Amino acid sequence: MEIKLQGLTKIFTSKNKKEVRAVDNVDLVIPTGKLIGLLGPSGCGKSTTLYLIAGLLRQNEGTIFFGEDEVTETPPEKRGIGLVFQNYALYPHMTVRENILFPLQNLKVEKQEAIQRTVEIAELVGLQEMLDRKPKELSGGQQQRVAIARALVKKPRVLLLDEPLSNLDARLRLQTREEIKRIQRETKITTVFVTHDQEEAMSISDEIVVMKDGVIQQMGEPQQVYDAPVNLFVARFLGNPQINVFDGEIKNKEVMIGGMKIGTTKLPDQKVTIGIRPEGFAVDTEKKSPFKFEIDMVETIGRDTTLIIEVESGEGGILDKKTFKAIVDVEHRISAGDVVHFKVKPGKLHLFDLSGSIL
Amino acid sequence: MEKKNNLRAWIYLAPLLILMTVFTFYPIVNAFIISIYKDYQPLANNGAGIITGYTFQNFLFIFKNQLFWISIKNTFVIAFISVPISIFLSLFISVALKNIPKLKGFFQTIYFLPYVTNAIAVGMAFAFMFHQNYGLFNAILGWFGIDAINWVGGTASWTAQMGALLIYTIWSGLAFKILVFTSGMQNIDKQYYDAAKIDSASKWTVFKRITVPLLSPLILYISITSMIGALKAYNSVVGLFGIQMGAQPYSMMTIVAFVYRYVSGYTDVGYISYASAAAIILFIITVIFSLIQGVVSRKRVHY
Repeated sequence: MEIKLQGLTKIFTSKNKKEVRAVDNVDLVIPTGKLIGLLGPSGCGKSTTLYLIAGLLRQNEGTIFFGEDEVTETPPEKRGIGLVFQNYALYPHMTVRENILFPLQNLKVEKQEAIQRTVEIAELVGLQEMLDRKPKELSGGQQQRVAIARALVKKPRVLLLDEPLSNLDARLRLQTREEIKRIQRETKITTVFVTHDQEEAMSISDEIVVMKDGVIQQMGEPQQVYDAPVNLFVARFLGNPQINVFDGEIKNKEVMIGGMKIGTTKLPDQKVTIGIRPEGFAVDTEKKSPFKFEIDMVETIGRDTTLIIEVESGEGGILDKKTFKAIVDVEHRISAGDVVHFKVKPGKLHLFDLSGSIL
Repeated sequence: MEKKNNLRAWIYLAPLLILMTVFTFYPIVNAFIISIYKDYQPLANNGAGIITGYTFQNFLFIFKNQLFWISIKNTFVIAFISVPISIFLSLFISVALKNIPKLKGFFQTIYFLPYVTNAIAVGMAFAFMFHQNYGLFNAILGWFGIDAINWVGGTASWTAQMGALLIYTIWSGLAFKILVFTSGMQNIDKQYYDAAKIDSASKWTVFKRITVPLLSPLILYISITSMIGALKAYNSVVGLFGIQMGAQPYSMMTIVAFVYRYVSGYTDVGYISYASAAAIILFIITVIFSLIQGVVSRKRVHY
């Protein structure tokens, strides 16, 4: 079921009458059967967007379509959605079985079929042994799966997940996100999930939607958004370690950082903000590149070496911090104190104008 | 060290323990002892009192007393009808209050007023509202074409009197229950209600399967305390019917009223013992009902 949002706006009014546009004129089409990650820092409006789709919040403007159906004014109980809450909201007084049966009973599903479907869904999420336990007798990961089972058992048109992994520990998080991906593939249900964790979003989404201040910044396949961010915000938000950002300029088709040439461009002369991801650097073994620095720290993990370079003010014109990072192949055998000449790999140079939009 | 801490704990507990001993534990024990005195004359022998032995005849006396059985019947009817109805009503009112956030404070105050109003004064106001010719209740019934009922007048039937008493008892018991339930509902995580909406639950289902189970510890508390309160019914009867305890003398007698009747006749031989025996029976009834409620609810209460 395709989800289509048109001009969706949600305004919250605080006690001192200040208006906050939590979701600001959002147009979004979520294609059928895909797993979409709504991504952004806290307060960007991603959860609000999810709750608008669910119908638990009422939009100020805009329309919502599920396929051909307009559901803008439809109450949540009639929208046919499954929603997994951030802290699961499992009914504490009901067993796992009763929790999963609850939506089916409300939808007046015939009893035999309801029991059948409960068992099937419990198998899908791997909880068949736990059906007679109460939520508090389960681990966080198991509770999470009950919540997913409860959302899926009524065969919703759309599955919505609000920060589904945020209450799990690191290992369980990896496991559960694979699980969510698997369940989504098996059920082929259109799924939207909200997260502030870019790695989580990138790893399981078919497409990600990056939001900031209630406005969609960019939508696309994770790798594509990562490789071609439309603005500095998206570039900074995706990627760990973060993208390195420099003040620079274009002079005679050459891209310069602090007077050092790092590449060429067809763009006209201007001041620019330059983004280079840590893995966008390569070591110039011929030592011809003028972009050279003394290495302050070296961290080798597996096949990658992370070089941390401290930059004195003025030198290099680093924007964010006093350091930048480069990830290079471990075989270069670099140690702290070495002077390294860097090249920028083709296509890894992101040029933004001073307002932060891509050039 | 441990001993010292123990001592300190006892010191903290002492004021309450002393008060409880003087006004609760000692009277209970003493009431039991008095209830088996034979021919007790409390004022004889210059106030030291005279007894001629120990006997359970006092219990037999009240079991043979028709007034006692009227009291038991009235008290049980009050308890078993007013308690469930007032709990259901107050639950519904609390849910309704929750759904009107704007006027909630206003209505909460209105519903709480009976709690801070004197029971006797309210009872007298109700007595007038139940008046056959000028009362509000009959006026309302009149709108629906129902003949005026003699609620509390001299020849009122037992059913009409009990009806009036129940209406008054239920109404005056609502305030505290509503207060407890509304504050209890505020402690229920709003997400359960959101989840129930997503799960397509109807309003009734939400009430039955979410609100009530999650409030169940409070419902148990309220049902036990109001059951105990109803078994001790007395004020309401005096308020509504005056000290003759009914439209006809003693027709609305309750157990506490029975106790009080014999206490006030203390100069007569053995009356204090009859009162004590009745009080002990009330005590036993109260304990039994509380235990039954505790056991029955164990399966239904979710903490």
